[in-house]
Amino acid sequence: MKSNDVMLHTLTRVVTFIILAFSVYLFFAGHNNPGGGFIGGLMTASALLLMYLGFDMKSMKKALPFNYTSMIAVGLLIAIATGVSSMLFGYPFLTQFFEYYQIPILGETELTTALPFDLGVYLVVVAIALTIILTIAEDDA
Amino acid sequence: MNASVISEVIAGVFILIGTLFILFSSFGIIRLPDVYTRSHAATKSTTLGVLCTLLGAFLYFWITDGYISIRLLLGIFFVFLTAPVAGHLICRAAYVTNVEIVRDTAKQRPKAEREH
Repeated sequence: MKSNDVMLHTLTRVVTFIILAFSVYLFFAGHNNPGGGFIGGLMTASALLLMYLGFDMKSMKKALPFNYTSMIAVGLLIAIATGVSSMLFGYPFLTQFFEYYQIPILGETELTTALPFDLGVYLVVVAIALTIILTIAEDDA
Repeated sequence: MNASVISEVIAGVFILIGTLFILFSSFGIIRLPDVYTRSHAATKSTTLGVLCTLLGAFLYFWITDGYISIRLLLGIFFVFLTAPVAGHLICRAAYVTNVEIVRDTAKQRPKAEREH
């Protein structure tokens, strides 16, 4: 029987944007509010997983041509690079720096080196969650 | 009555309405005869109950603290959008796997999807 999933497809198209936007919000809010790389990454993974549920594997591979295994490596490299970059200035490994800058739209903003570290955590969490689920899910690949 | 008392009354009324709707919905889940009528009870009134509760919390923080929580508004929008579709998908899964329909409504069952 050919199934007709118009409801699920339409809902997925709308809701994925909301979940992705909220995951990015959680990722950036992590310094001063509840949030951070881990929960933001899990939420991004769940948004992508909703798309995998709503559509099929082949069209998702065309829409998101990422290799999640190398995404884990990229995340770990970013985290290590932020740690090593503080060693280049003579400080111990993983020393955190922060400074206040005037940014055109956002005004006075605190930029820290904790953010790239969190970006590494985010990428690793997204990639590992999707790798686990997709490896279990696909039986013919 | 000062502002905080008014806000507590407004938020309290909304949250009371919301919890009452959720209570009615749980009675419906217990008492109704089959999957489809239960889903009818569970989807609609629980959605409305959760919306009222979230709206009460939103109004409370808006009036007392002057804090407009975008997350609560987004949650209201999200639940309003997703809960009916979830009910639709569960009902459809039940229908496609030939789950028993209660006898009064079985006559009006459409034949298109049943024969597969």
